[in-house]
Amino acid sequence: MENLVKKYARKLVDAGLAASSGPGIPLVGGLDHALVWNTTAPEIPVLEQLFQHLNINCLVFLRPSPPYDRIIRFLAGRALKGSGRILPQDCETRTFLHDLPVVEHFDLQAIVQALKQRKSVIIQGLDKENPCWGPVVIAPGNVSPEQGFVGVSSVCFACFVTFFSDYLALLKTGNKDPHMDRVFDQVLPFVQTQKSPLPDLMHGPFSKEQDVYAAMVQAGQKIVACGLVDSYFGNISYCWNNTLYISQTGASLDELTGCIDPVPLDGSTSAGITASSELTAHLDTIGRTGCQAILHGHPRFCVIVSMDCDPAQKAACPFSDKCHTHCPTPRHLASVPIVPGEVGSGPFGLCNTLPAAFDTSDSVIVYGHGLFVTGKTDFTQAFSTLTAVENLCTNRYLEQVRHLRHG
Amino acid sequence: MYGWTGKIARIDLTRQKIEIQTLSPDTYARYLGGRGLGSLFLQPCTALNWDHPDMPVCLFTGPLTATAAPTSGRSHMVSMSPLTGLMADSSMGGKIGVQLKRAGWDGIVITGKSDLPVGIEIADERITLVGAKNLWGMTTDAVYQHLAPKKAGLACIGPAGENRVRFAAVITDRHHAAGRTGLGLCLGTKKVKYILVSGTGRTRVKDPEQLKKAREDIFRLTAASPALMGQYGFSRMGTGAMYDLMDNRHMMPTDNFCATRFAPAGKLNANAYARFYSPRKHGCKGCHILCKKISTNHTAGTPMPEFETMSHFTALLGLQDIQLVTAANQRCNSLGMDTISTAVTLSCYREIIKKDFTPVSLLGMLEDIALDRGEGNALKRGAAAYARSMGKPDAAMAVKGLELPAYDPRGAYGMALGFAVSTRGGCHLRAYPISHEILRKPVATDRFSFSGKARIIKIAEDLNAVVDSLIACKFIFFAAGLEEYARVFSAVTGLDVTAHDLMAAGEKIEYNERIINSLKGFDARHDDLPARFFLQPGTGSGQIRVPPIDRAAFVQAKNAYYAVRGLSTDGLPTKSKAKQLGLPWKTW
Ligand code: SF4
Ligand SMILES: [Zn+2]
Repeated sequence: MENLVKKYARKLVDAGLAASSGPGIPLVGGLDHALVWNTTAPEIPVLEQLFQHLNINCLVFLRPSPPYDRIIRFLAGRALKGSGRILPQDCETRTFLHDLPVVEHFDLQAIVQALKQRKSVIIQGLDKENPCWGPVVIAPGNVSPEQGFVGVSSVCFACFVTFFSDYLALLKTGNKDPHMDRVFDQVLPFVQTQKSPLPDLMHGPFSKEQDVYAAMVQAGQKIVACGLVDSYFGNISYCWNNTLYISQTGASLDELTGCIDPVPLDGSTSAGITASSELTAHLDTIGRTGCQAILHGHPRFCVIVSMDCDPAQKAACPFSDKCHTHCPTPRHLASVPIVPGEVGSGPFGLCNTLPAAFDTSDSVIVYGHGLFVTGKTDFTQAFSTLTAVENLCTNRYLEQVRHLRHG
Repeated sequence: MYGWTGKIARIDLTRQKIEIQTLSPDTYARYLGGRGLGSLFLQPCTALNWDHPDMPVCLFTGPLTATAAPTSGRSHMVSMSPLTGLMADSSMGGKIGVQLKRAGWDGIVITGKSDLPVGIEIADERITLVGAKNLWGMTTDAVYQHLAPKKAGLACIGPAGENRVRFAAVITDRHHAAGRTGLGLCLGTKKVKYILVSGTGRTRVKDPEQLKKAREDIFRLTAASPALMGQYGFSRMGTGAMYDLMDNRHMMPTDNFCATRFAPAGKLNANAYARFYSPRKHGCKGCHILCKKISTNHTAGTPMPEFETMSHFTALLGLQDIQLVTAANQRCNSLGMDTISTAVTLSCYREIIKKDFTPVSLLGMLEDIALDRGEGNALKRGAAAYARSMGKPDAAMAVKGLELPAYDPRGAYGMALGFAVSTRGGCHLRAYPISHEILRKPVATDRFSFSGKARIIKIAEDLNAVVDSLIACKFIFFAAGLEEYARVFSAVTGLDVTAHDLMAAGEKIEYNERIINSLKGFDARHDDLPARFFLQPGTGSGQIRVPPIDRAAFVQAKNAYYAVRGLSTDGLPTKSKAKQLGLPWKTW
């Protein structure tokens, strides 16, 4: 447990979600026979009480770094004037977290009540005098600190996407919100508009199984390291020797060693039961395109831009409450198709829409979800396409905002 | 009340009387249904032997049964186990739960003994005891054909339940077994051959709109689950999808748990069945996962074995013939015997007698056990009793008398702890750690470590006590959680309840079972694994080592579990903890 609490605290810092020192240091607690923390902090006595009130064995307390702090503070304030919940529209949050409850103060009862119902809670915590000033995100788990890590990280991701989506939608409807303008201006400097240059990746086609594994591990690490995607969202595959090597479900892209399943194309084993939930989409895409490599991640502006729909069109659309699965409008960003489809291989799963969309492009965005890219023989091309599409989305977003705000 | 019907039928076979019992809303909220309510009715009879006429056999639905809640079609049977001496319980698939609820009953509690074989027929509020002398001796298939239940739900026993096989099963709707702990014998000893139920009512749901929303949330989660709906998940491949994984992870119990890899496994997997039998989907009433598989080609109608049966009737017994597995599975079901216990008992026999089975001798031995013939007479008491009688107790791969399922605990330490402390003996389903140790849900844990496992197991046991009481299928919890099911529960019952509140109910249900078992003389000495796992390694390979389990680490984890569960260091429940949980303390 000691290893795990330290590991996930470090990962939060590495992901830019938390500070490495001072009051912004993340707190990760894990309980087996005794409760252990990654560090000492004044908040811990209160957090320890959560372990008594909830059926949990771990917990992450995150005072998010900029720009998440400002974004979350804004969304939390808005939520507290309404339902008390932030309602993100991205696919991942809708599926796994549903909504994000918010409480005003660092009040044990309120936090407990929220966590009895949902996997996370946001504390607005405006009172700077309080040792537990906010905003703060808390996420517990009942198996491993990794759950808390994924929980708080997902909240940050969801809030980021929600804020930028809502802002664009607000501007498009012609409404004004000076507060939101201000927050936007504050967080804009933190938005990475040009991603770092392409790393040097192993060159394919690969002729040995161990090279396939090594190339996948490397691509996963690099894509996270360059800040394009978050480690816990996404998957990656490579087809070699009539076998699809694919990351396992819930595997972190930057820790793929030992987490890749070989899935024979002839279906002769079902060991792929632990493979990524997008296995079918990968298999069909490989089959259709003849490409060997697929990368999938959730670059933020891809997700944001994919949900951008003209307000008038939305108002008239009979599917406006089912955009993720039923959007009937053929949509593109430049030449990149945007298709509906949910996680997995259910009746509305993206496996039904994604593979065909690759007929015309080597990258496809899934509505509110993320980006899939292919590479002919290795991950170099896929990586550069992913970077290019995210850059395109970021620029497209910022141009629209500039235009709408300043004409 | 919403969710529950508020009516329980007490069926006294001795006096041939049926009474209606009602419970307070508070009792329903505390014990929920299924396993929870069953244990409530069992409690006062703890001092009795399993075959005492007053010992009840309970069949309960839950508040979610016969609603639109996903996977809520199952029911739960509870009594005292002839195999283990512990509380006996088993989840029951098919449609009998839905029919019982539609008939207006939360459950039935069967007591007394009939002199002659009898069937219990329930059609809405009408309950009739019907002479079943003509069916006594019949296989479960024959009973099904004879009664032709059509839309009704049918639970029945086969010859094994009549002939005092300690691991006799109850078979529902032909293809679903309430297999574990010998409930078939519990019915058999009361001379109940079958229970036939049909109902026309509906479960009252407080907020159908909210239920619809909660249901959609769960559907989204299951669609995202590789283990359930993925290309190789249970929905497409059946539970047999686990077979390759267990081989891959070097935890396939082989040769009576002497090894953990079986060389021919690659030819005996779910894909092999799919190619040979072209199975179609089938499942419990109201389920969208449909994990059961039934053949469609020239073998049409043949049920495919579950993963446990596939594994134990190959690797465990050193056999490599999928048609033989399918035949053995069918034979066990029609004779009314638990496939896991049967296979482990046979593998214990094979180890002691040192003689391999042939297809003929295997199928013949199944008949001998069920019909109490020849060597079957010694084997029908289960692996532990048989091994003891042969002076080789260590050859029985069982915990507290319940034979172990097809997960070698040397390859998953949460499973090792879960087997040892489970309230029904060697059972994988009480804590179901396969979810995180193998299937990586909700996240992966280190399967070769006890670190953190004590609390994980305790929490999971509480969760599964809730699941068995609501009732939902355990499989769906590879994807959804109580967070989503609490919303379902609230929508159905109108009670404002959180996941945490349900977990608290689960903890009570678990602790109550611990109390019952302690009164039966069980304590820390019984919370143990067969010595083999501490002495012999499993089968390793280049990347994976499968050492014997370190006993000291195991004991430490067990003690940590006791502390977390609120038990004494002897593994016994305490008065103070019982009081804290609001449970009666040995007052019945
Ligand atoms: S998943 Fe299988 S066992 Fe569970 S309810 Fe569905 S059909 Fe029944
Ligand atoms: Zn994704």
